Amino acid sequence: MTPVVLWTDALIFALLAVASAFGWYSRHNPLLRSAWQKVGGSRAGMAALTLLAVFAVVGLLDSLHYRPRLESAGGDGERAVYSGEVLSALDALATGLRSRGEKTYSAPLATHLFARETVERADGTQFRAHPRLRHGGVHLDDPPAQHAADLARRFAAGALSGAAIWMVLAGVVALRLARRESVGLGVTWRRIWRGDTAVAWNAVLATFAALLLVAGPVIFLADAYHVLGTDKVGQDVLYLALKSVRTALVIGTLTTLVMLPFAVALGIMAGYFGGRVDDVIQYLYTTINSIPGVLLIAAAVLMMQVFIDTHAQWFATAAERADARLLALCFILGLTSWTGLCRLLRGEALKLRELDYVQAAQAFGVSQWRIMARHLLPNLMHIVLIAVVMDFSALVLAEAVLSYVGIGVDPNTFSFGTMINAARLELAREPVVWWSLVAAFVFMFVLVLAANLFADAVRDAFDPRIAARVTGADSGVKG
Amino acid sequence: MSPPLLEVRDLRAWIASGQGAVRAVDGVCLTLNRGETFALVGESGCGKSMTALTLMRLLPEGGRIVAGEVMLEGRALRPLSEAQMREVRGGAMAMIFQEPASSLNPVLNVGTQLAEVLQRHVGLRGGPARRRAAELLAAVGIPDAERRLDDYPFQLSGGMKQRVMIAMALAGEPRLLIADEPTTALDVTIQAQVLELLARLQRERSMGMLLITHDLGIVSQMADRVAVMYAGEIVEEAPRDAFFAAPRHPYSRKLFAALPTARRRGASLETLAGSVPALTGEFVGCRFAGRCPDAWERCRIEAPGWTDMGGGQRVRCHLYGADGHAPQVRRAEQGEPTEGSVPAEGDAVLRVRDLRVHFPVRKGVLRRVVAQVRAVDGVSLDLAAGRTLALVGESGCGKTTVGKAVLRLIRASGGSVSFDGRDVGSLDRAGMQAVRRQLQMVFQDPFGSLNPRMRVGEIIREGMTALGVAGTENNRAERVAQLLESVGLAAGMRGRYPHEFSGGQRQRIAIARALAVSPRVVVCDEPTSALDVSVQAQILNLLRALQENLGLAYLFITHNLAVVDYMAHEVAVMYLGRIVERGPAVDILRAPQHPYTEALLKAVPQIDAERRRPVIMLKGDMPSAVAPPAGCHFHPRCPSAFDHCRSVYPQETVLGDGRVVRCHLHS
Repeated sequence: MTPVVLWTDALIFALLAVASAFGWYSRHNPLLRSAWQKVGGSRAGMAALTLLAVFAVVGLLDSLHYRPRLESAGGDGERAVYSGEVLSALDALATGLRSRGEKTYSAPLATHLFARETVERADGTQFRAHPRLRHGGVHLDDPPAQHAADLARRFAAGALSGAAIWMVLAGVVALRLARRESVGLGVTWRRIWRGDTAVAWNAVLATFAALLLVAGPVIFLADAYHVLGTDKVGQDVLYLALKSVRTALVIGTLTTLVMLPFAVALGIMAGYFGGRVDDVIQYLYTTINSIPGVLLIAAAVLMMQVFIDTHAQWFATAAERADARLLALCFILGLTSWTGLCRLLRGEALKLRELDYVQAAQAFGVSQWRIMARHLLPNLMHIVLIAVVMDFSALVLAEAVLSYVGIGVDPNTFSFGTMINAARLELAREPVVWWSLVAAFVFMFVLVLAANLFADAVRDAFDPRIAARVTGADSGVKG
Repeated sequence: MSPPLLEVRDLRAWIASGQGAVRAVDGVCLTLNRGETFALVGESGCGKSMTALTLMRLLPEGGRIVAGEVMLEGRALRPLSEAQMREVRGGAMAMIFQEPASSLNPVLNVGTQLAEVLQRHVGLRGGPARRRAAELLAAVGIPDAERRLDDYPFQLSGGMKQRVMIAMALAGEPRLLIADEPTTALDVTIQAQVLELLARLQRERSMGMLLITHDLGIVSQMADRVAVMYAGEIVEEAPRDAFFAAPRHPYSRKLFAALPTARRRGASLETLAGSVPALTGEFVGCRFAGRCPDAWERCRIEAPGWTDMGGGQRVRCHLYGADGHAPQVRRAEQGEPTEGSVPAEGDAVLRVRDLRVHFPVRKGVLRRVVAQVRAVDGVSLDLAAGRTLALVGESGCGKTTVGKAVLRLIRASGGSVSFDGRDVGSLDRAGMQAVRRQLQMVFQDPFGSLNPRMRVGEIIREGMTALGVAGTENNRAERVAQLLESVGLAAGMRGRYPHEFSGGQRQRIAIARALAVSPRVVVCDEPTSALDVSVQAQILNLLRALQENLGLAYLFITHNLAVVDYMAHEVAVMYLGRIVERGPAVDILRAPQHPYTEALLKAVPQIDAERRRPVIMLKGDMPSAVAPPAGCHFHPRCPSAFDHCRSVYPQETVLGDGRVVRCHLHS
């Protein structure tokens, strides 16, 4: 196989590197460290972070791309031939899910197709029935009789292994905590569940418990069934949903990355310099703001689509082309969504500019750029951080809407938006095919809810005004 | 005998915080009679405002009353339901808050806000309510009250807003008025008006008044009885005359000793070591023991009870107990004015000539300039090495703008600033950097002047790096350590962040930052106005010591005339962007020639034996700098204005001894 680095992969790993660097810097900066410790102590925040971390792992696995080597017909001397299909580490892990396609729709955990088909008997007569699936439940000889028992057995096995893994995990956490604090394991265990630890480990472990109790059975069931059913062309919906996670994460994070430099630089400059610079920047963002967002995005996406289509030779594989379109969508969303943060930052910079420490720096003849970088930016960072986590969920939802309207990601890219778009026709069928929509909905709901809860925790910890109030009201007696 | 108006017994209020419950009010007892003014004095954080809020049952979130009784006219307030309590608030007792700007609702006009109170407590509506509201406004000295009812708060000046607040407090015909620092946010001349108004209203209505303040001058002028609060409890209580004749508690005495006055000029002010102890724990022994110069073992073991000193004076201190060795009671004020070592007047280092700073007022789509705010309009100053020039005036007179224009933080519209003979206004960047090494600034607000995201070491080093002082990084680190020590902080503190320091310590850091580049002139913009008296004394001592050791010259911008009297060699008095009088400090403060200077000096509440001195009441407020009055700017408020004043701005008149005054009375 040969590794393939798509543009979005590179950017995602760059972002990961930046985030790690920021984490390292936070460790060594007491102000940031205490704020993060506050996030760590928030139960809702840590539960959300755990979920986000799981989503992130799925997304990162899906960002390690490669092209598998084809079984070459000739001898060893021939050049290796690679498949035109780009796969990811996630695909490799979920080969079963990916490869076990059915003919068309099948309900979750079903053994037969969802729709009746005309089947020809050996004697040539035809009749209409639900044919058996090619993969779902093939090991059962007599599905109606064995189906429920098989499901229950697999579910129990899954739940048990989930519980076992959780025990190990909890044990490791307790052991490490006990080692660090040098107290007994039992004491540590009680402390964790009473919430006496600096980091809200009870929330983390509870989230993992819920997650493993769901994931264990799903993994065991997925071995022989389509847990979330299959779509129109027989693809496993669980696989589609897992693949969509990466798209959502890419849109949610890279868009912010594109937007940040504009918002931060222009916002601070407008606030700090004032006068003509401020006028120009204000006119710029009011103009952009007064163009209907969806129209602007639609126009840009359509232009970009034509551009990609006319330069097809630039892309070696379909995956690369789809990736280029995804990246372009990030840029377009980013370029149209920086105005809100920019306006916030301008207002704050306008206020900070008048503060005495900025004037003191001016009295020392510190250069303008240095004042902006050393005095304004660090004091605006909490706004940026809060905006980034808050925007994430909005962008994930925006992608779904845009893909639904047909101006989002490439139709070949898995995304919640394309799943929902497909569900448009499924809901019109009789009987209703509901599982694609429900799967997309549940995954997106959990992701966005986790992002929102985490954003709240971050805001509570980093916003100086709220932080003061929360510590005042959180602890101790009430009147 | 009828019960006293207000009786408070052993009141305790705790407020939840991150470090456990703060015992903000810890066993306060007081009695207040009808028609009496009771002053509660203390520094910030001693619990005096919290006492007032506890009485009103308006504690902040997380606060609760733990124990004690509050009896208003013999009626216990603690068992009352919230609905009954609303009847009492604004009815039987009313409160005036410190900040008039934020206690009025900005989107309702004055009449509506007054009518609301009247409807709630007196049951008046419609026409009668409006008439009563107008009467109230007239009673608090607002001219043209009928028309003012329709004004919104933004149309009123600070003094007017405080008057409206007082009118609202009076609307429910309260028997007890709680005034929480009612004049702290106001200028001295306005403060004099408001205090006079409060005293008159109290006399007329024979209300009881609980006056909360940190200013001993106000206490001396207003109070019948005084209580000094420290760390949540009252440490001394006395009738006014006894208190000012002989304060007994060591803390009270320290408060007096820390006040800067002319008599202490040239000498160090007494300071209090340490800070108010944390109020989160139970106290063993006297709360003040840790800072008390006279403390001995007993003070650390046993909490002192009340010792009656006779004449209604009582004190919580072991010094006056059975085995106490009471220190010599002395009058707070002693000694004669000393001149100290005044360096001879040399050549001016800083020379300001006819400085003008105008801010354009722009209007309309094309942002055309329709008017100019003449913040500074022709100011001339000279400052010699090693001397202090105080620039005095009320808020809005343009004194801070002068300071900033001198440092070129604001571009001057006209005139010149020359430093060592070089014209600062025309210097290029490199030349300006050279001047910035010699000319630095200390700001007013110690909480706003340090970047919260930078360590103290970085803050101090920044100026050195920017101006290329002290060569290598190693040298700079060494210099930072030296500087921290020279302002009385430990060198090890450089790794900390500003939020770990108190207000006084932050101001020391700000001074160290200014000194880092070894300036010769420092512009001090109200460096002590945000600080408590005892901390102010520390900072003034530090500034004076630095001046003696380093030969610094200070351009000292302030509104506090007591500080001027203590620090300044020369004084310039500003009014509406112009200097109306300047000359040697002693002459100006003892024998002011300009009517404004005189009014300003008289308006400052003084601590002295005679109770109410004649105060020159200035009418109205300072006019706007957009449209200053024709002729002399001061004539609309001047008690001795005549026709000529209304048409011609007075020229400078030199009175000899370097005194200059701009007034037609002297030309």
